[in-house]
Amino acid sequence: MNSMLLLLVMGVAAGVLGAILGIGGGMIITPVLTIMMGLDIKYAIGASIISVIATSSGSTIAYLKDDMLNLRVAMFLEIATTVGAIMGALLVGVFSSNFLYVLFGFFLLYSSYNMIRKLFDKKGETVYTETGEIVEKFKLASTYYDKAEQKQIDYSMKNVPGGFIMMWAAGLASGLLGIGSGAFKVIAMDTIMKMPLKPSSATSNLMMGVTAAASATVYFFNGSIRPDIAAPLAIGVLAGATVGARLMQVLKPRVIRMIFIPIILYMGLQMALKGFGVTI
Amino acid sequence: MQSHEETRKVELIIGQILRIGVITSAIVILIGMGLYFMNGAGYPTVVRNGHSMIDFPQRFSTIFAGIAEGKSYAVIMLGVFLLILTPVLRVVVSIYAFYKEHDTLYVVITSIVLVILMFAMFLGYRS
Repeated sequence: MNSMLLLLVMGVAAGVLGAILGIGGGMIITPVLTIMMGLDIKYAIGASIISVIATSSGSTIAYLKDDMLNLRVAMFLEIATTVGAIMGALLVGVFSSNFLYVLFGFFLLYSSYNMIRKLFDKKGETVYTETGEIVEKFKLASTYYDKAEQKQIDYSMKNVPGGFIMMWAAGLASGLLGIGSGAFKVIAMDTIMKMPLKPSSATSNLMMGVTAAASATVYFFNGSIRPDIAAPLAIGVLAGATVGARLMQVLKPRVIRMIFIPIILYMGLQMALKGFGVTI
Repeated sequence: MQSHEETRKVELIIGQILRIGVITSAIVILIGMGLYFMNGAGYPTVVRNGHSMIDFPQRFSTIFAGIAEGKSYAVIMLGVFLLILTPVLRVVVSIYAFYKEHDTLYVVITSIVLVILMFAMFLGYRS
């Protein structure tokens, strides 16, 4: 009973944070389950997959009509990330996972440096509006209403091939290492493609649910998803994510970035150190 | 081109469908949790890899057999599986939305995503 309550509360927290940032709750849930509750890592991974899907679907239903997410960008990039995830799952054991942890860890550290620079940029959160050939052809430019700034923001993007490759790499990492890839997805859109942070987060949220569903059946049918853990967690995360999605709309992009930076800094450190054999 | 009004209507219908999908999975999980508090797990405790745990159903056949007997863990597993299906529902309704917008390019792109997704889910079922 107590552990169910703990899972429910943790789920709410993971759901709120995940929906705001466009990341899955794996980084909160896995350590709590393995270290505090002494659970086998296999069940922790199963639980975090459920948490990712619940975050994605919970934030989806916060609104009947979601203008924040860019459905075209999501589906276009989803091809790259699911193909990457399947390749990753098939290639498990071919590459040294230590090398990959170091590589992706350093990438996250570099991204947090980039984001910090953007935070201190005098120009603030600038919006990229120039169009390009690929953006035109795939109709990727869009618009959203920013409730915090109380204005309609038209945005475009650049470096779409770079974002596509990053999404493929994010999928590969999640397939190979069994880690969530929400943070990489947000970085691909925000830092590489220069999309505004809020649509990046909302679009990542949608995408990570689809990517997680692709790998969820493996965990479901091999018994990694335990009903006693998944049930309270899923309910908590669903509730948390509907709140988080609403909260995200009224937060200033700058504030969201300030929450995002320490998280990817921590994730990057954790992954890089894991690659060198140190667990924190 | 269709009217703005019609696009708006399609978006609202899609929002409703997704909401019903997610809420259904949540209700099934909650019913399972309710049954658990009334009758317990419904399955025996076994020792696996040195840990004692409840032997819960993992295949459709055992899950549906368990539901027929009103076992809580079987009902929860069904709810969890429905939750796993919600992103698939999302992709399917997106295809419909692009079709309604007469956006052939994105009907194709989203259909490719659906095919890859189904393929990956099938691989997971077989494994």
